[in-house]
Amino acid sequence: MSQIETFYDVMRRQGITRRSFLKYCSLTAAALGLGPAFAPKIAHAMENKERTPVLWLHGLECTCCSESFIRSAHPLVKDVVLSMISLDYDDTLMASAGHQAEAILEETIQKYKGKYILAVEGNPPLNEDGMFCIVGGKPFLDQLKHAAKDAAAIIAWGSCASWGCVQAARPNPTQAVPIHKVITDKPIIKVPGCPPIAEVMTGVITYMLTFGTLPELDRQGRPKMFYSQRIHDKCYRRPHFDAGQFVEQWDDEGARKGYCLYKVGCKGPTTYNACSTVRWNEGTSFPIQAGHGCIGCSEDGFWDKGSFYDRLTDIHQFGIEKNADEIGTAVAGGVGAAIAAHAAVSAIKRAQHKGDQE
Amino acid sequence: MHDSAEQTTAEHDKPITRRQTAVYVYEAPVRLWHWVTVLSVITLGITGYFIGVPLPTMPGEAIDNYLMGYIRFAHFTAGYIVAIAFIGRIYWALVGNSHARELFCPPLFRKRFWQEVGHELRWYFFLEKTPKKYIGHNPLAQLAMFFFFVLGMTFMIITGFALYGEGLGQGSWADIAFGWVIPLFGQSQDVHTWHRLGMWFLVVFVMTHVYVAIREDIMSRQSLISTMVGGWRMFKDDRPD
Ligand code: HEM
Ligand code: SF4
Ligand code: SF4
Repeated sequence: MSQIETFYDVMRRQGITRRSFLKYCSLTAAALGLGPAFAPKIAHAMENKERTPVLWLHGLECTCCSESFIRSAHPLVKDVVLSMISLDYDDTLMASAGHQAEAILEETIQKYKGKYILAVEGNPPLNEDGMFCIVGGKPFLDQLKHAAKDAAAIIAWGSCASWGCVQAARPNPTQAVPIHKVITDKPIIKVPGCPPIAEVMTGVITYMLTFGTLPELDRQGRPKMFYSQRIHDKCYRRPHFDAGQFVEQWDDEGARKGYCLYKVGCKGPTTYNACSTVRWNEGTSFPIQAGHGCIGCSEDGFWDKGSFYDRLTDIHQFGIEKNADEIGTAVAGGVGAAIAAHAAVSAIKRAQHKGDQE
Repeated sequence: MHDSAEQTTAEHDKPITRRQTAVYVYEAPVRLWHWVTVLSVITLGITGYFIGVPLPTMPGEAIDNYLMGYIRFAHFTAGYIVAIAFIGRIYWALVGNSHARELFCPPLFRKRFWQEVGHELRWYFFLEKTPKKYIGHNPLAQLAMFFFFVLGMTFMIITGFALYGEGLGQGSWADIAFGWVIPLFGQSQDVHTWHRLGMWFLVVFVMTHVYVAIREDIMSRQSLISTMVGGWRMFKDDRPD
């Protein structure tokens, strides 16, 4: 009878040697923080478990997530993971195009009903019945709902799929929404970032493919292994923060000495991501190391908080764009003036009625 | 002298007159809580302000400085103190005298309460010549205390500990108890912004509270400031309420 197809089979067919495969397994164990004992377990799983297909859809987006993904630090990881994924559907990376590509999508959905992983990059615009994003002649919204229906789990790549990102920023003319607004009945793993770090992306997908389960998620659906701490918690400039040593201006002494970027608007204290530990471009650097504050790209609505260079960000709720101190000083000033006036009138009244009080 | 409280109210045919000059209103735990809260809120306001808009950069090596660390430490310590004191105050509202409860439950559904709020408002707008006497809070004060202080403080404690939980880390007690607040506001930065706005809300409360307390101490018919120090409410005249 037809034998099941494992990941190992697929990799061998793609020309990956057994030696490379085993290396990949230990690398993965290390990347996921799992300790050496897990490498054989991963190998065993990949040799024996039926492979899980991955469908990768693209909605309203800039493709920065894909760009990040294909730059994963270790070429092996990239090759292995990509060879697994390109088997199925990713209209940006796959060889086939047009009707052929759409046919593959349909085939995978039918053949692996309830078993495949759906990875979504970008998000659906709802305005004008979804006409702002058309894939294969149909609104992306339809494709997304269709592919999500029979998926085992869904990965939301990047801030677009997770929170909405730039296309959902005010005034959001296309009414773009994060995917959890339209898919409400499936587990969604959010991997936010604009883009997310390559190693984080491969780490998450490898974990799901090898163990067949979801990684442990936090309250908002992000994998804890990469998103449980803020940039600020592991930032190498943190001692300067605690010491009260800040870059006050971009060209000052503090900037040259590598002081903390808090006062020039660093969002590290409010941003959950792995940049300060995993870093970017094969672990070379990350924005703060290059001298620029974190802009909070993995946080909900980071485009709508006013300037990237202000520590106190704007509030929109009152129909005005002011920060808490601007509103606070105005109100406190008004109340102060009212108190002064009231005190003056009270004093006059009291002087007038001095006699007839008691 | 003090224990003759309410003696004249027995004479039903006469208008209610308070002949005694002092009533014991604020028990020791309430007074202690009040002044602990005053000190803590001042500390929280000042340190909180400088957490968001830090002082100018410290010269020297990072290892020799810990200014921001001390400021934040003072903030968190005062935060704990104010929160524990607040819980203690709620406990005292349950076991203390009736005045200890006024702060938490203004009788919003009683008509007479609103009439007296109206009277107080007219007094503040210089439309009444004489204020009424109150042993506890006057109704307007009770209302303002509830909305500005009780709700404001609750908001600050909840958002404060939610932010604190971020520092303690996931799975910490503060994260488990208050971590849900962060997504409720959107993200951490929004909680910071609202926590800061809450500071200004309390600043406005404190300004008004201090002004009114001093003014009433001078112009009303009862003592206020000394009452929160010693607990006894003194009345300045013997006329009916
Ligand atoms: C009267 C009550 C309080 C006032 C006026 C106050 C004021 C402030 C202000 C102005 C900030 C700076 C916000 C910003 O710009 O980001 C702040 C931050 C903070 N507050 Fe409070 N706060 C109060 C109560 C509390 C309480 C009860 C706690 C609980 C421990 C708390 C914990 C925090 C934390 C953790 C931060 C963030 C510190 C950081 O980002 O480094 N606060 N507070
Ligand atoms: S540079 Fe940013 S993340 Fe680093 S310590 Fe300063 S505020 Fe925190
Ligand atoms: S440092 Fe901040 S803004 Fe930069 S990539 Fe990381 S999370 Fe995004």
